Amino acid sequence: MARLLVYYAHPGHKHSIANRALIVEAQAVEGLSFVDLYAEYPRFEIDIDREQQRLLAHDVIVFQFPMFWYSTPSLLKEWQDLVLEHGWAYGAGGDRLSGKRVVLAVTAAGPEDAYTPDGYQKHPIRTFLTPLEQTAKLCNMHFTPPYVLYGSLRARKTGRLEPHVAAYRQLLEAIRDDRFDFATAAGRQVIDPDSIVELTGA
Amino acid sequence: MGDFLLLAFLFLIAGVIAVPVASRLGLGSVLGYLIAGIVLGPLLDQLGVDVVAIQHFAEFGVVMMLFLIGLELQPKMLWNMKGELLGLGGLQVGITTVAIMAIAIAMNQPWPVALAIGMVLSLSSTAIVLQTLNEKGLMRSHGGRSSFSVLLFQDIAVIPMLAFIPLLALPELTGSVQHGIDVTGGEHAGGSDGTSFIDGLAAWQRTLVTVGAIAAVVVGGSVLTRPVFRFVAMAKLRELFTAVALLIVVGIALLMTFVGLSPALGTFLAGVVLANSEYRHELESDIGPFKGLLLGLFFITVGAAINFELLFAEFGGIVAMTLGLVALKALVLFGLAVSFRIRGVDRWLFSLGLAQAGEFGFVLIAFTVANAVLPPALSEPLLLVVALSMLLTPVLFIVYDKLIAPRFSDSQRSDADDIDDQGSIIVAGVGRFGGIVNRILLAAGFKTVVLDHHAEHLTNLRKFGIKVFYGDASRPDLLYAAGIENARMLIVAIDDREQATEIVRYVTENHPAVYIVARAVDRHHVYELYAAGCRDIIREHFDSSVRAARSALEALGVHPYDAERQTRGFVENDKKAMAELAALYDPEVPVHENPAYVARAREIMATHEDAMRGSSEIFGNRNERGWVPPSEADVEAVKADSGAK
Repeated sequence: MARLLVYYAHPGHKHSIANRALIVEAQAVEGLSFVDLYAEYPRFEIDIDREQQRLLAHDVIVFQFPMFWYSTPSLLKEWQDLVLEHGWAYGAGGDRLSGKRVVLAVTAAGPEDAYTPDGYQKHPIRTFLTPLEQTAKLCNMHFTPPYVLYGSLRARKTGRLEPHVAAYRQLLEAIRDDRFDFATAAGRQVIDPDSIVELTGA
Repeated sequence: MGDFLLLAFLFLIAGVIAVPVASRLGLGSVLGYLIAGIVLGPLLDQLGVDVVAIQHFAEFGVVMMLFLIGLELQPKMLWNMKGELLGLGGLQVGITTVAIMAIAIAMNQPWPVALAIGMVLSLSSTAIVLQTLNEKGLMRSHGGRSSFSVLLFQDIAVIPMLAFIPLLALPELTGSVQHGIDVTGGEHAGGSDGTSFIDGLAAWQRTLVTVGAIAAVVVGGSVLTRPVFRFVAMAKLRELFTAVALLIVVGIALLMTFVGLSPALGTFLAGVVLANSEYRHELESDIGPFKGLLLGLFFITVGAAINFELLFAEFGGIVAMTLGLVALKALVLFGLAVSFRIRGVDRWLFSLGLAQAGEFGFVLIAFTVANAVLPPALSEPLLLVVALSMLLTPVLFIVYDKLIAPRFSDSQRSDADDIDDQGSIIVAGVGRFGGIVNRILLAAGFKTVVLDHHAEHLTNLRKFGIKVFYGDASRPDLLYAAGIENARMLIVAIDDREQATEIVRYVTENHPAVYIVARAVDRHHVYELYAAGCRDIIREHFDSSVRAARSALEALGVHPYDAERQTRGFVENDKKAMAELAALYDPEVPVHENPAYVARAREIMATHEDAMRGSSEIFGNRNERGWVPPSEADVEAVKADSGAK
């Protein structure tokens, strides 16, 4: 059993469609710790010690957030700036997160074909997530290819939201039960609902 | 009674006219008083006024001044000064005395007379020098501090001198002077009148009594004052504090005179003991005006006592002696300044500032005559020399100001200023509101001066080691004593709204450089404070109400971040409306008669009401528009747009 921690960050939670649906499933998973960062720190006064304790108490850290301007919402960035301290998470003696896993569950408004050399975003979504990937690496954590929902605003209308949400739950449960094939997943660019089935061995 | 009023009137009018004129001309108040005295002299002569007797009375101003100086001086600072005090002061008095004595002997005076003259002239004028240094803001410069050390040593040295002088008595004079006549008046600053209570005691008993008196001042000062002041504070009468302050000074002076010590020294000691007291600023502002008036009176009498007949008769000789004395003293001081590493402009301040003879000179001269040491034929011109040299002092300060100080580079000056002007923060009122402000400022490493007129608050805060002073912050003189002139910031956190507005008005008018943060009782008080000139106004219940609302929203299930943004939006809107209305508010016109105010207030109220009824999203929209996801059309537009490029 992996100890699983989900960090959720969305400042406009009440306007959200996809993320709201996603956290309903995440919160339903048993034996998982769920943190709504904007609810916990509405005034950005992040409790560093408490966050570090949280990280120490878990093996897999999931960050669930909507992409804002090719990055995380600002509070999650603040969280990284404060919690991942030098000498604790990285740098000399900073080995406390060593060996833990990072999983990203992101939503993007742009459609999948936007994230191609010919699309309007020009680059694959992994490129925009490079900072997080490198952050994980610097902390000696294992980075997992992101679980991405493209075209999130139209997802419900086009029938993609429900399978995405259902697969999210499967993903979390598989990680919790050590059934998730991280090794195979590592070879992928991104993870989508279809690949969840083979990766979870379900 | 009529005489008294006439005299008081004369002295007051002379001072009121002369001092502002002298200040305007850049001569300083001391010269103004001296000139007033010179003008007044002949008139007083005509009226048959005993100027010398008034002078002795006025010397009490010196006692008060030393008390005030003591209040400014923490015991630790005094201890740090000990090197300069004994070294500089001791050498100045010693060398000057010997040098003057040598000259007097060369002029065919017998050595006891020469020694007496040396001692008389070695002293400088505490009254003039300290008053001038304070006026010019030079007290904290190196030169100022060294000057103070020397003056303090001199004030202390007067005591052994008074004991020593009778031993110098000339046999040929003793017959002509009656012993036991209380020449020096008894209550003046110089102290011993030779007939005090301990005269009949053996040496060891005297020592015991002296030590006992000093112990009484120290112990009484540190133990008794607090309960006494708290007791007096209960009466809530302002003048009672003044009475107690005067009582302390007069009582100590009396005690010191009683045991044959210098009252100036005694009150100085009491001042040092009380320097840590929370009542320090209250004492300062109570004694301050008395000190100022008495010193003014003292300077007037110095001017009035100048014997012009004798001066004109022996003009050349007396002027030469005066200039010679000033030159000699300045030379000795300059030499000491060099060897004590007083540098640059401070060296000149020190040398020129202390080059005169002082008011204790008058006392000692009278005393020496009484003790048959000096013949009157010598004492008369000596008195003139002392008076003239004092008259010359403001001139020397002008020389320093206009000719010497400008020649030293600014960099050297500003260096000292950095350390000296630490611009304090005054927190007026340390109840629930000011207390929190003060704690946060202290925690951030800022120095605060706290004023409050609730004795209970002070006692509690003291227990937590917070430095506080008793006093009503709405009194300008107390603000002045707390250092408003050099303050960086004033926090007005007192309960009384009218008084708070008054303080703000007074400080913005008189000390525009001081930044003011003011506590407002309510919306209208905000407007009043704004009109009074404050631009940083905090409503006392506003933030807590907003937090309560936010708490309520959270408990009702609103997402904490939404609750935060909702309340933030409210605060921003309210602030804007407030600033708009404050600009329209006119304290002279009742709100309902101010059409512009009423019109804008109505408009603002209307939008607020809409928002309260939920029919508008005014609070939400402004802050949430960033988080409302783009519409599909927007996404398509971006796509089309980039595709086209």
